[in-house]
Amino acid sequence: MVGLVLVGHSPRLLDGLREMLEQAAPEVPVATAGGTSAGVLGTSAPLVLRALRDVLDRCDGDGALILIDLGSAALAVEVALEEATDRERRLVRLCDGPIVEGAVLAAVEAASGAGLDAVLRAADGATGSGKWPDDLAR
Amino acid sequence: MSASWVRTWLRACAALVHERSAWLTELDAAIGDGDHGINLDRGFALVVARLGLDGEDGAGGAPDLPGDALLREAGRVILGSVGGASGALYGRALQRAGAALADGGAAVPAEHDRVVVVPADPGGEAPAVARALGAAVDGIAALGRSAPGDKTMLDALVPAAVSLRASVVAGQELGVALDLAADAAERGAEATIPLVARRGRASYLGERSAGHLDPGAASSALLVRALAVTWSRG
Repeated sequence: MVGLVLVGHSPRLLDGLREMLEQAAPEVPVATAGGTSAGVLGTSAPLVLRALRDVLDRCDGDGALILIDLGSAALAVEVALEEATDRERRLVRLCDGPIVEGAVLAAVEAASGAGLDAVLRAADGATGSGKWPDDLAR
Repeated sequence: MSASWVRTWLRACAALVHERSAWLTELDAAIGDGDHGINLDRGFALVVARLGLDGEDGAGGAPDLPGDALLREAGRVILGSVGGASGALYGRALQRAGAALADGGAAVPAEHDRVVVVPADPGGEAPAVARALGAAVDGIAALGRSAPGDKTMLDALVPAAVSLRASVVAGQELGVALDLAADAAERGAEATIPLVARRGRASYLGERSAGHLDPGAASSALLVRALAVTWSRG
């Protein structure tokens, strides 16, 4: 089953998101790389690589979708992927959508047994998905 | 670059960053998220601790690594501990500097336009330092997709690397060359003040980022100054 790697600045934010995913789709492999190895807000390429390998070990070769929060998270993922093997890189897709909505949509899609590219499309679909009723004045 | 040279430089970086940590954080608070000095200080302190740089060379259980491996290990520590864009960028820069020393620059990916190319040269610290700095700057430019004028580290680093290369080509003595490079980095950092940021957290501010010294350029100038300090202690 396709797994998810959540990358962000705050470990507590990602733990909360993981809790939501466990409720929505408990069987989907999820790992987080939140904060730095020094225990502060930020992102860390070595922690990203560790989380990625953790998910790849549990996904039966189906691959992993990486979701990020902001800014430097993208740089940390890029550096981590450089350290990864070619085989590992082939099993990875990068979600461009918002991490909370994207992860929930991706987890539900993955739990249905969808392949990696279908999970990516589901997660990217979170971009601009209307949250409010059309007739509500904002 | 000899292991002893690299160890002295990393110690000098840690000392300078520690000394100016509050200032860097203050610069970052104005146009970023206010943690640049704290994060870098912690990162370089960890480099000193993990690589056993606080004792004398070869003493105190310090790992017996060559200069290029020391740089790569330092990069790994910075990548893991600093967080934010600066951690990824400086970590990558140190790893690229190490790789350039290990094989004369062949490890620098060919797909990126190289900002600063220093021809391989037989022996001597000066060409090695220039090559390492050039590779570090290329690594930052490629990962950050940025160029001088974007109000980033590169506004300090590119003038420094260009100056050092020119000095090396001219056969300038290394001490003088490094002083000139550090001066160029500091002038480059100062020149970021009127710029509008086009990369990083400061770019969220748009026009409001003008009028502030870029914290990344400021810390880059410190790291180049540490090269000059290292030579003067050599």
